[in-house]
Amino acid sequence: MHTLETIIADHPMFAGLEASFIDLAVGCASNVRIEPNAYITREGEESNQMFLIREGRVALEIHAPARKPLVIETLGPGDIIGWSWLVPPHFWRFNARAINSTRVIALDAKCLRTKCEANHELGYEILKRFAPIIERRLEATRLQLLDVYAAH
Amino acid sequence: MQHTESNPMQPEPWRVSELARETADTFTLSLQPLGRKTHREFQPGQFSMLWMFGVGELPISISGDPAAEGKLTYTVRSVGEATKALVSVAPGQQIGVRGPFGKGWPVESARGQDVLVIAGGIGLAPLRPVIYHVLRHREEYGRLVLLYGARNPRDLLYRKELAAWGKQKDCQVLSTVDYAGMNWRGHVGVVTRLLRYARLQPLQTVAMMCGPEIMMRVVGRELINRGLPAESIHLSMERNMKCAVGFCGHCQWGPHFICKDGPVFSYQDIAPLLDKYEL
Repeated sequence: MHTLETIIADHPMFAGLEASFIDLAVGCASNVRIEPNAYITREGEESNQMFLIREGRVALEIHAPARKPLVIETLGPGDIIGWSWLVPPHFWRFNARAINSTRVIALDAKCLRTKCEANHELGYEILKRFAPIIERRLEATRLQLLDVYAAH
Repeated sequence: MQHTESNPMQPEPWRVSELARETADTFTLSLQPLGRKTHREFQPGQFSMLWMFGVGELPISISGDPAAEGKLTYTVRSVGEATKALVSVAPGQQIGVRGPFGKGWPVESARGQDVLVIAGGIGLAPLRPVIYHVLRHREEYGRLVLLYGARNPRDLLYRKELAAWGKQKDCQVLSTVDYAGMNWRGHVGVVTRLLRYARLQPLQTVAMMCGPEIMMRVVGRELINRGLPAESIHLSMERNMKCAVGFCGHCQWGPHFICKDGPVFSYQDIAPLLDKYEL
């Protein structure tokens, strides 16, 4: 049977984390199902949660005036949605929309931040796991910026 | 395989038998021989020099099925005067063909292994013969995984074939685009991001990739990070090829002539060159 503990412990974001840290994370977690086309985050709103994707596909969108919304990345099982919850002032920087029926673990960001502040070892472990994700996405964004498939 | 039966510098006349639009600026043309030869063998990954009479000559990778007799197929993106002329041909028109030239993909040494094909943009064209070959000799290879990136959904090549390949036994086909509108339900992001969904056994996999050079540089590093040995990674390079037989030096790249030492190279042999500026 999949409990919150096993689901979180098996997610790449938390895989290998000490059991005591998993327990701390579980205390902030809940299972959420998201309908197709529903928005999980909206740009400018307070970032009170982070999400571990279990199933489904999620589009990260940016909106600009007088332009159609643009999907800049899709995320899937094993990915996380967002690090705005980590970075003050904790507001989402993009929209995240479920493309199809999606299951996520939602972690209460205020709860997690409080636990990270109280337990710096947990906080450091979390940061070590976020840093490579941020680095990979930054590199991917740079490649997109280069527009490598355009006729130059 | 080098073209040795006749003068490699002398084009032979072939007739355009078919021209099909793939995307807004990319076309696939099929040629049939006019001379005494009815078939010309090629290895997946090899290229021909296509001569547009009165316009010029271009190196173009062969994108068709190596087992298709009496026909050579090329996929061409219209980006300059010569390629514009090439995709403006009408069926029946004659084109001069030299080749095939160069070193192709290691399809023989990949037997018994999983094959990972990674393509970006028009880079899928020189890899399509590999896919045809593996599917034709299905029992001789392990899994076939194709990861394909394009600029946007409208620029994806061979869309019907992508869907059909994905339904074949032991095949995994994933496409992604750099940007998409709200209606696109597929992946968005650079092609390296698809690697996390690829079902691979790194030590039993041969990777073949073709696309923009920076894409291959990044993918190569990522494959190494994922445990693929450098000697199992192969990539196709592109430079301005003229003679196609290593005489003129136009395509020299470090110590290599792309036309005769490549276009397909082992990542192990050329990785340091990929990081050199302005080479």
